[in-house]
Amino acid sequence: MLASLLFQRLAPYKAHVLAIVLLQLVQTAAALLLPTFNAKIVDDGLVAGNSEVILRLGAWMLLLTVIQVLAAVLAGYLGAVVAMRVGRGLRQELFDKIHSMPGQDVVAFGPASLVVRTTNDVLQLQNITVLVFSMLVAAPVMGIGGVILAVEQDVALSWIVFAIVPVLLLIMLVIVRKLVPLYREGQGLVDRINGVLREQILGTAVIRAFVRQSFEMKRFEAANDALTKNNLRSARIVAAMLPLVMTVVNLSSAGVVWLGGLRIIAGEMQLGALTAFIAYIMQILLAIMMAMYVLSTAPRAAVSAERVTEVLNTDSERVLSAATPDGVAVRPSAEGVRFDNVVFAYPGAETPVLESITFHAPPGTTTAVIGSTGSGKSTIVSLVPRLLDVSSGTISLDGRDIAAVPLDALRNQLGVVPQESWLFRGTIAENLRISLPSATDSQLWHVLEAAQAADFVRELPRGLETTLSQGGAGLSGGQRQRLCIARAILRPASVYLFDDSFSALDTVTEAKLRAALEPELRGATVIIVAQRINTVVSADQILLIDEGRLVAKGTHDELLKSSGTYREIVASQLETEEAA
Amino acid sequence: MSGEGEQLSPAGTPSRSLLRLVGLMKPARAVMAAAILCICGFVALNVSAPKVLGDATDVVAAAVFGARFDPGRFVFLLLVAACMYCVTSLLSWAQGRLNALAVQRLAYDLREAVEAKLHRLPVAYYDGRSRGEVLSRATNDLENVSQTLNQLLSQLLTSTLMVIGALGMMLLLSPLLAVVSLMAVPLSALASIVVTRRSQKYFVRQWEATGDVNSLVEETATGHETIKLFNAQSAMAVRFADHNEGLYAASSKAQFASGLMAPLMGFVSNASYVGVAIVGALQFLAGAMSIGGIQAFIQFNRLFSQPLGQIGGMAQVLQSCAVSAGRVFELLDAAELTAEPAEPGGVGRADAGRGVDGPLGLPSDSPTGRVAFEHISFSYRPDAPLIEDLSFHVEPGQTVAIVGHTGAGKTTLVSLLMRFHELGSGRITIDGVDIAGMGRDALRRNFGVVLQDPWIFSGTIRENIEYGLPGASESEIVAAAEASHVGHFVRSLPNGYSTMLSNGGEPLSQGQRQLLCIARARLSGRPILILDEATSSVDTRTEVLIRQAMHRLRSNKTSFVIAHRLSTIRDADLILVMDHGRIVEHGTHRSLLERGGYYARLHEAQFAAGVGELAAMPVRSAKHRAGQGEMEAS
Repeated sequence: MLASLLFQRLAPYKAHVLAIVLLQLVQTAAALLLPTFNAKIVDDGLVAGNSEVILRLGAWMLLLTVIQVLAAVLAGYLGAVVAMRVGRGLRQELFDKIHSMPGQDVVAFGPASLVVRTTNDVLQLQNITVLVFSMLVAAPVMGIGGVILAVEQDVALSWIVFAIVPVLLLIMLVIVRKLVPLYREGQGLVDRINGVLREQILGTAVIRAFVRQSFEMKRFEAANDALTKNNLRSARIVAAMLPLVMTVVNLSSAGVVWLGGLRIIAGEMQLGALTAFIAYIMQILLAIMMAMYVLSTAPRAAVSAERVTEVLNTDSERVLSAATPDGVAVRPSAEGVRFDNVVFAYPGAETPVLESITFHAPPGTTTAVIGSTGSGKSTIVSLVPRLLDVSSGTISLDGRDIAAVPLDALRNQLGVVPQESWLFRGTIAENLRISLPSATDSQLWHVLEAAQAADFVRELPRGLETTLSQGGAGLSGGQRQRLCIARAILRPASVYLFDDSFSALDTVTEAKLRAALEPELRGATVIIVAQRINTVVSADQILLIDEGRLVAKGTHDELLKSSGTYREIVASQLETEEAA
Repeated sequence: MSGEGEQLSPAGTPSRSLLRLVGLMKPARAVMAAAILCICGFVALNVSAPKVLGDATDVVAAAVFGARFDPGRFVFLLLVAACMYCVTSLLSWAQGRLNALAVQRLAYDLREAVEAKLHRLPVAYYDGRSRGEVLSRATNDLENVSQTLNQLLSQLLTSTLMVIGALGMMLLLSPLLAVVSLMAVPLSALASIVVTRRSQKYFVRQWEATGDVNSLVEETATGHETIKLFNAQSAMAVRFADHNEGLYAASSKAQFASGLMAPLMGFVSNASYVGVAIVGALQFLAGAMSIGGIQAFIQFNRLFSQPLGQIGGMAQVLQSCAVSAGRVFELLDAAELTAEPAEPGGVGRADAGRGVDGPLGLPSDSPTGRVAFEHISFSYRPDAPLIEDLSFHVEPGQTVAIVGHTGAGKTTLVSLLMRFHELGSGRITIDGVDIAGMGRDALRRNFGVVLQDPWIFSGTIRENIEYGLPGASESEIVAAAEASHVGHFVRSLPNGYSTMLSNGGEPLSQGQRQLLCIARARLSGRPILILDEATSSVDTRTEVLIRQAMHRLRSNKTSFVIAHRLSTIRDADLILVMDHGRIVEHGTHRSLLERGGYYARLHEAQFAAGVGELAAMPVRSAKHRAGQGEMEAS
């Protein structure tokens, strides 16, 4: 997973990668040649007693080190640029994917985990890319080069080298195997820490009101404990790795002196060769330690690669190509929204949320949806913009099955006010323009007037340019709701959907708002989910939903006559009047 | 650890952050001492082993130059070297484990400190900041500190001691060659300082940009539906690309700068290697050194210059660590809530917060719930006063309803009562005691609260209800749930009360979440109830049932109810009508109606539809049919 991800990500940087490999070869070769020159100084200079040779060879060594540093710096530069570009690309793709995957998948991953994946996991991948460039290229070259040069110095001694390499490989294999599952669990635990903290920030007021800080601390402590234990376990394994390698390599260097010494005594080998041989053994050790360092971070990166790929491989929403013939056309005078035997069930759920819902909401009319808590009203609103897809049956907009309309074209025809008023950090103007980027300031003021939001926006010191913090904190629930309404009606749409969008408004404001909305929405299909009778009383048709079923349909008058449930709802809101 | 916090804010320079990190390792003193001991032994052995190997080589060299070969001494020296190497490895392993322990403990403590801090920050702290940014400090930065420290600590200690040890051995072998080697030190230091100067700002930017990226992902993943609805994916992607580009620019520069260290140090190390080789060879010719001595010296030179180079390289990692630590400390040092009047003892309740707030409560264990607001004023921003000179009082057991325009200051009023915000002037008393003099926790233990946005944490339905009264029995939980009409829908869930809720309450609907929060407040059994739009998403039939149940519940409790639906509040004992931070009308439902003011208009708007006054409702397509049917209904 890690290898294939990196391979795929590095493909666009073939020239860079090639240059890095070449530069690393140069600098590694230079590093490898140094002990050879040193051996020559010993054999040709020292033993022969020739100081001129010593100085000449010394000058060559200096030149080599200069070449080495230049190559290494350039390789380092290219490596940094490529690794960070890989990271940048991954983050952008993750972000785009998060916003093209179905909403249910976003919920399934959870914002906390998505955040960790886009930042921390990508960071791990960046780090390993840098390491791969700086070490994984140089290490084999240095290792293999060291072996070749060692063999060249003395064949008989070289079997020591061939003996230690498999031992070292075995050590690495065992350790990597142990680390991967630990790191996998570890990143999951980082998600959990992030998740708990996020919930705590969201729930600050409730936690403090109920004085449950100590409970929250315990909840966090559990996650913290688990993460710390996990980190400790992997750190211990990593701590064992280097000493194991050092033992093997150091013992073999002692072995080299032993065998080499005997061979020198026997006259089969020169003294300089022994010095150089030890240097090569050290070289090989260094190469292996470098490789080990990369490999010790590899399991972590491998886990990150899995987590990133998991997001990237999530199927996007069924986005039909925008080029689909005549999919984009908006036909304002067509037949509006039609639900035909619509069933919706969450995958795996036993009972459907909605069962065979059929109704028709023609243009120029208002359809109200009313029903008890949890009866599936909001689901109806979510189905039209295809935030959720029907399980069976069809929904059509202006005669076309919405499943056959490109998503962006479909959503461009809709003005939706969701139940939860979501505003992002940015100015009020920016928040509104998300709906219609080309809107002028006067258009913004116009919709703010209609949404009964102009007064309070005007009172803000910076008006439209007031910066809202996340989620619109600092505004009251009703103010947020009205900004969301202004945002939805800013765009010219053929269908407007209001999901319980007046719940935080006082009745006077609501009445004014609905009156002001009328000219704005004229000619469009309007679907309103509501709790209050006075919101729905004027609708052209009212759908009464109970436990996922459409139990009654008609105007207020008709339902008063035909539906006992509806009468109960009305009565529940009118009992004041009976008393009065 | 955050006790000394206030005067240190903002977090200060990276070097101060590092010092503070070191200070935080105090609890692991013993572990660290043991680790340092291991490293000392490791270094001593590691630097003397090559000397022993060198001696063994000299035995061979002596034979080459004509002396008698002494195999016994040769083998003995090799065995000694082998043993030394084995012990070296053991010590290295031990110190690695000890260091891991110390670092993980530090990371654990830091995480806990950050979390505890979240509970001590004023509510307003979160209003001005994005969650993602705070979270990025708590996870990305903290993980960076833990990960880099894990790498650094043992390396840094080992390298430093190694440099010192190797230097000592080199001085012992040949002072002249040692001087040649020492020339590497100023070169390394210079390179390190030059690079560090330049890279520092990139590291700071890198972690700031990480915070930006984090917060945008968090924010948009939370609001993903709205983004889809408005086809704003590309607009958001552009914003993201902006942050992403900033992160790329900073991190590639930071990476290059820190990557620069390794080759530079390698150069210094190799240059000194060359110098030693040349000077050593000349020394040998002059008869001042043995071959074995030179060989050992060359190894020492590696042992000296390599860790020296590593220290230079680590300086960069250290910086990244310091910058992240600084960001964590900045959070830990953020101004906290004003100090509580301290008073020992007197807590005695099951849920006493660990040092979060002071214990000061009401004089009596059973407060009557008489609440008085006396000439209070408050504003979020100094230039825009929200509440001015507002007074009213509530008798024990009364229900007070607060109505008024959205944005009139209703929610602010109850948040002042719970001391989420502090008053500008005036005072609020409960049973005659000024709440400003009470411990915040002690004060809040008097309130059962349902707030505007229902908050559900990841856990079962049972756990979420029990939240109101830790340790409540199953029957108490079920009773509270039944009375709040939670039982009704819980029974239809396959796992009932054990159903896991996640992501703020999935799979419950908004209204069901509100009911759950009501059950929680009900279970808490606290003397004062605060219901802020507690039933706004609950259908009105269910609300009637809840209201009846609430009415019984409220009979001996003081209640504050904020609602737009007037049906929710009509039987309140006192209705306060607020406008622009002032109480413009007050009275009972009936007296306010008779008065014919703002409340009456509000009422008219709400109930007009039901009593057939549709002509007054300027809503399209309704005008032509002012129904007769409604008359039947009423």
